[in-house]
Amino acid sequence: MHELPVTESLLKIALQHAEKAGAKRITDLHIVIGDLASMVDDSIQFYWDIIAKDTLAEGATLHFRRVRAELQCMTCFEKYHPNRDELICPKCGGVGAKIIAGEELALESIDVD
Amino acid sequence: MPQNIPVVENILNANDRLAEENFASLESAGIFSVNVMASPGAGKTSLIEQTLPRLKDKLRVAVIDGDIATSIDSDRAAKAGAQAAIQINTGGDCHLDAVMLRGALEKLDLTQFDLLIVENVGNLVCPASFKLGTHKSILIASVPEGDDKPYKYPGMYRGVDALVINKIDLLPYVPFKMDYFQRGVQALNPNVKTFQLSCRTGEGLDAWVEWLIQNSAK
Ligand SMILES: Nc1nc2c(ncn2[C@@H]2O[C@H](COP(=O)(O)OP(=O)(O)O)[C@@H](O)[C@H]2O)c(=O)[nH]1
Ligand SMILES: [Mg+2]
Ligand SMILES: [Zn+2]
Repeated sequence: MHELPVTESLLKIALQHAEKAGAKRITDLHIVIGDLASMVDDSIQFYWDIIAKDTLAEGATLHFRRVRAELQCMTCFEKYHPNRDELICPKCGGVGAKIIAGEELALESIDVD
Repeated sequence: MPQNIPVVENILNANDRLAEENFASLESAGIFSVNVMASPGAGKTSLIEQTLPRLKDKLRVAVIDGDIATSIDSDRAAKAGAQAAIQINTGGDCHLDAVMLRGALEKLDLTQFDLLIVENVGNLVCPASFKLGTHKSILIASVPEGDDKPYKYPGMYRGVDALVINKIDLLPYVPFKMDYFQRGVQALNPNVKTFQLSCRTGEGLDAWVEWLIQNSAK
């Protein structure tokens, strides 16, 4: 939903690290996105192609590692992968769960020349 | 030479860093600040309108409004007695972020106020991801929205310091199981401070106003 600011932030972080390392060019970005982060890979790619132009990162390939959402029921402590729009515990019907994974939105590493 | 550089940085960190700067300026000016979030129509502007007259002669209040592109909401706040009311034009964005708040803060002499109320854009998803740097985050839930909201928008309910349940005057007319709602809230955010009130009848507003006064005095 906020792919533009996210992509801008991504570019800024990548450029900072590349410049610090004295790199001439960024060739690849390794990004991790949780399923609950509401981010669409294609939109990030779309904005990327526009905003990375004329920077060290122009033409870099974006690699997305997706992380599945995982919740833990606070009633029976079952861990489960929720369906879209349904967070209730499949075992006991318990409501209100802790999010264990799925909110990630991070740049893990970059490849540079 | 090709090389892999580990980064491991959260992508929204730029916003979080700015939020910290906002927090520092608010702190050094000695002003208490709240970020009011809710879905459209839950009663953000109504709560501000009801709160301001009750703070008259007690606190000097500034309101920053990002709810919509027009100045309707900030005009309502000014009319209700805000010493300053500033409208942020989000350009259609679905949330406020720390940069927008900073722009608005620069227009105010923060030392002239005791309390800053920020009305965020009406949205139950996005504002949760963008810290502004205020002291407390407030979520307004309203009775007609239904009692299943904590289950559907856990991200929003998890991150807030206080929860206002508005429009309790409508409880007799709509199916809203307070127990079920509160159980969801409890599971996600057991320490959240909760206020049940009605901006229509004024019921429950005193406790909320008292909480603002106490926090502003700190
Ligand atoms: N019945 C009732 N209606 C309310 C209450 N608070 C607000 N409203 C109405 O809800 C609508 C939306 O309120 P508003 O403050 O503009 O919501 P916002 O979009 O969150 O700023 C208006 O028509 C208000 O009159 C309340 O406590 N009870
Ligand atoms: Mg409003
Ligand atoms: Zn369970």
